[in-house]
Order: sequence, then C-alpha cells, then structure tokens
Amino acid sequence: MAKRTLKQTFLSNFALSAGLALTVLMVLLALAAPLLAPHDPSVQKTAMRLSGPTADHPLGLDDLGRDVLSRILYGARVSLRVGFSVVLIASTIGITLGALAGYFGGKIDTIIMRLSDILLAFPGILLAIAFVAVLGPSLNNVIIALSVIGWVGYARLVRGQVLKVREIEFVTAARALGATSGRVILLHVLPNVINPVIVMATLGLAGAILAEASLSFLGLGVQPPTPSWGAMLSTGRQYLGLANHMAVFPGIAIMLAVMGLNFLGDGLIDALDPKYRKEQ
Amino acid sequence: MTQYIIRRLLQMIPITFGIVTLIFALIHLIPGDPAIQIAGENARPEDVAQVRQQLGLDKPLWEQYVSYLGGLARGDLGTSFRTREAVSKEIWLRYPATIQLAFGGMVVALLVAFPLGILSAIYRSTWIDNVARFFALIGVSMPSFWFGPLLIIAFAIHFQWFPVSGREEGLRSLVLPSLTMGLALAAILTRMIRVSLAEELNQLYFTTALAKGVSRGRAIFVHAMKNAMIPVVTILGLQFGSLLTGAIITEQIFSWPGLGRLLIQSISTRDYPQVQGSILVIALTYIMINLLTDILYGVIDPRIKYD
Repeated sequence: MAKRTLKQTFLSNFALSAGLALTVLMVLLALAAPLLAPHDPSVQKTAMRLSGPTADHPLGLDDLGRDVLSRILYGARVSLRVGFSVVLIASTIGITLGALAGYFGGKIDTIIMRLSDILLAFPGILLAIAFVAVLGPSLNNVIIALSVIGWVGYARLVRGQVLKVREIEFVTAARALGATSGRVILLHVLPNVINPVIVMATLGLAGAILAEASLSFLGLGVQPPTPSWGAMLSTGRQYLGLANHMAVFPGIAIMLAVMGLNFLGDGLIDALDPKYRKEQ
Repeated sequence: MTQYIIRRLLQMIPITFGIVTLIFALIHLIPGDPAIQIAGENARPEDVAQVRQQLGLDKPLWEQYVSYLGGLARGDLGTSFRTREAVSKEIWLRYPATIQLAFGGMVVALLVAFPLGILSAIYRSTWIDNVARFFALIGVSMPSFWFGPLLIIAFAIHFQWFPVSGREEGLRSLVLPSLTMGLALAAILTRMIRVSLAEELNQLYFTTALAKGVSRGRAIFVHAMKNAMIPVVTILGLQFGSLLTGAIITEQIFSWPGLGRLLIQSISTRDYPQVQGSILVIALTYIMINLLTDILYGVIDPRIKYD
C-alpha cells in the first residue's frame, strides 16, 4: 500500500480530525481563559445568585453568584493540568519499569509484574479514593493518586512490546557491536514501541480528566474556590430544579473534553497502527 | 475443571494478600502523626493518646500488621470511631443496597444492549446500526455524575415520576440510579455484542446452517448467539466489578444508602477504620466477581483448556 499523505490520513479518518479539533479547541480555551473569560471566576455577585443565562452571563451564575462560563473556562486549566501531569508521570514511571522488566527479565520482571498484578486487581478509582482519603484532598494529591495507579498500563504495554522487539535482529546487532543496555533500550528498543504508547497516553488523558472530575465530584479533589468541573457539578446537584444550568454546563464541558480525547485516541490507533485495529 | 478452579483460587491468595497489605499500609501513609491527624490538630494530648492506643499505633509496625491480619481472619474489621460499633456491622447493613444497585444497573444494561447490539449486527451499515453506534459513543463518553442529574431534572423534578433521592420507595427509587449505572455498561455491551455477533454471522457454519434449511432466526439466535456470547460474558463479568465502583458515585448522586456512600461519609468524618473496612470489602467483592467470571468463561467455552 502506498504511503498516505498526512492530508489524506486526516480526510479519511473522521475520528482523528474531530478528536484533534475538539482537543486543540479545549487546550486553546484553557490557555486563553484569562483573555476569554467575561468575568473574574471568583467574583461573587450575591444579589444574582443562581440566576440563569443572560447576555452578560451566557451560562448563568452559581450559588455564590459567580459566572459559570468563566469558571468552566478556568476549570479547563485544572482538568488539563491534572490530565497532562498524570500522563507525564505515569508514562515515565510505566515506560521505565516496563522497559526494565521486559529487557532484563528475571527477578526485576517478577517484582514489577507482581506489583502490577496487585494494582490491576484493585479497582482503579477505589485506590485513588483511598490515597486521597489518606493524603487529604488537593490538586497535587489527586495527581499523585492517579499517577500511582496509572503507570501499570504503560508498564505492561511496554514490557510486552520490548519482549517482542528484543528478539529482532537489529537489537542483537546493536548488542554485538558493543552497545550498552541503556543505549540499546533508549535508542533501539523504545523508538519501536512508541506508537502504542502515544495512543495509550491520549486515552489516558481522557481517563485522568474523568477521574479528576469524579474525585472532585465526590469532594475528594480540587478544593474550593479553585474552579473544577467535577466540583461545579457536585454543587450544581444540590440546586437541581432551582438552577439546572449549574449542573448541565460543566457536564457538557466534561463530556466534550472526554469525547474529543477518546476520538483522538481511536483515530490515532488507525493512523499509527492499522494492524492494531484488525487484531482487536 | 475442579483442578482449574482450585488453581485459580490458589492464585488469588497472593493477590488478596497484597491488597490487604496495601490497605493496611494506607493508614501509615498519613503524613505526620496519624493519631494527631485523626484526633484533630487541636485535640487534647490524652485524646491523641487514646486514638493511638485504639488504632494500636503505639505498638511496633509488624505487631500491628499481625494483629490486623488476625482480626481479618476472625472477620473483625475494627471499631468505627463515629458509631463506636463494629465496622463490619455498618458494612453488612449497607452492602445489600449496593448489590441491589449493581444488579439494577446490570438489568438496565442487558435490556438495552441485547436488542440494540443484535439489531445493529443483523442490519449492519444501516440507520439502525448508526443509531446504535451513536448511542454507544454517547454512552461511554457521558459521565454518570452528569447523566444522573439530567435524569433527576427530567424524570424526578419535571415529570415527578420517580423520587429525587433515597431508597424508601422500593422499585420506584431504584429506576433512576439503575439507569445512571447501566448507561455506560449498556454502551460497552452494545458495541461488544455487535462486533461479536457480526463476526459469527460471517462464519461458514452460519451459512451452512442456512443452506441446510435452518430458519434465519434460529440460525442467529441458536447457532451464532451461543458463540457470540463468549466474549460478551467476559466483559459482563469484568464490568460487573466496575459497577461496584461506579456505585460509589451513583450512590452519592442519589443519596443511596450503600457501601459507596458509607465510604465517602467515613472519609469526610475521618473514620479511618470504617474507610479501611469499606475499601477492603469493595475490593474483595470485585476480585471475587472477576474470579467467578473466569470460571464461568471456562464453563461456557469448552474450547478453553484447564491445564
């Protein structure tokens, strides 16, 4: 099959284009929040508490009289910060441990894999709740908790790929030429396993954003007055029937963000590794 | 078969042990002196000392671990700080509500996913298929803590068909929480059934059955469905486990008096023995369900070897 151009790939892959568009939009909105937000997200107009959408406040005001649109825009920053931090930390730990386990085998492999067995046997969100319950609710603790459970997937994926790649001739050749283990792993093995890792990271970003929103919804995540979509929904839940906009709009934001990243991840599977789809 | 089950049970031991150890370790992760953290920053020294003694934090770590394991073996999960009663008492009181909710979610998922998935596989690439796929997409992207409030706005506040929260009105109380829990699972199952059944419909044995004069309905529901069910059952089992954790959020939305709500309440009141106990029971239930799924998988698929 002839190699497709980048343009053809995007045109033929709806999920990839739609996902990328939604994701880029979300990142831009988050970055430009201070410029775009019509109001200060923490200024309270108490006289206008709970009032619905108006021209000045397109998405209405919350229980303390704060502008919902501005808080959603600033909330995107929290979501992305958690998402990117978790993916960065979890993938770094996971790739390192997975590569070590796969390349060296033996005891290192056994220890890392048994540890991952235990973490996988435990429902992820429950473990995150347990960590945050103990460490105390805060943005950083959410990031720590989600990273602690998040590395396992990367480690397993990279280990499996390394086991495959390790046996291919070019690795043997590099070793025969005297390359050190570190050099072989970094320059010869890892570049060959990077595509599935990118897909996993994209889907992991969606997972982390959803998990942060869930924890904040349960009151275990970002603490007020920092705007977080999950926490906004949690407060909105108490005013259902009185001020539905408080729960409805943050929910739309979460859904679009998660959907965009899931689309992007799905699209990347097709674009980066067509074989993967067939094996599914 | 018996051997396989015994082996799987034996494999469970180190994992369960690891989880128990992890949960034990959690309380020692509390930054600073856990006794002060639990009793409160401004607590009197004698209160702190009491907490320390109650939790056994004044003993060496290994001794605490051994007595924790000993307690577990006797079914003793400790004493709640808040109620001063056995942790297990409150858990068993709440457990049925969570299991009921999980089953409710499962029933909703099956009622939606089977017709939708089967129609979607039979009428592939038609509008029916597109509707089903769109539903699956929305279903997996919609967080339950948003879908739940939307259901409340529509069916509890606007139409007033169902109560907003609680568990007092029997089945009527169960409807909205079950829908909330079931949506994501319904979406995943619909996709799974569609892919799995569509693949079977392409197999030669299916064509052979039709050629031999078996009616199309019989060929689909008796011949193909049996094989298509194998991956579906696995997903169902694995997802039942995640329904349990999903219950933590759904119970919070609907003030459902289950284990998840108990967990979150205990966290906010810093009732650590209750937190520990609730997490342990949820985690062990999750593992047991996954084990049962594995075994069931073996029962329905005779191709699976047990050695």
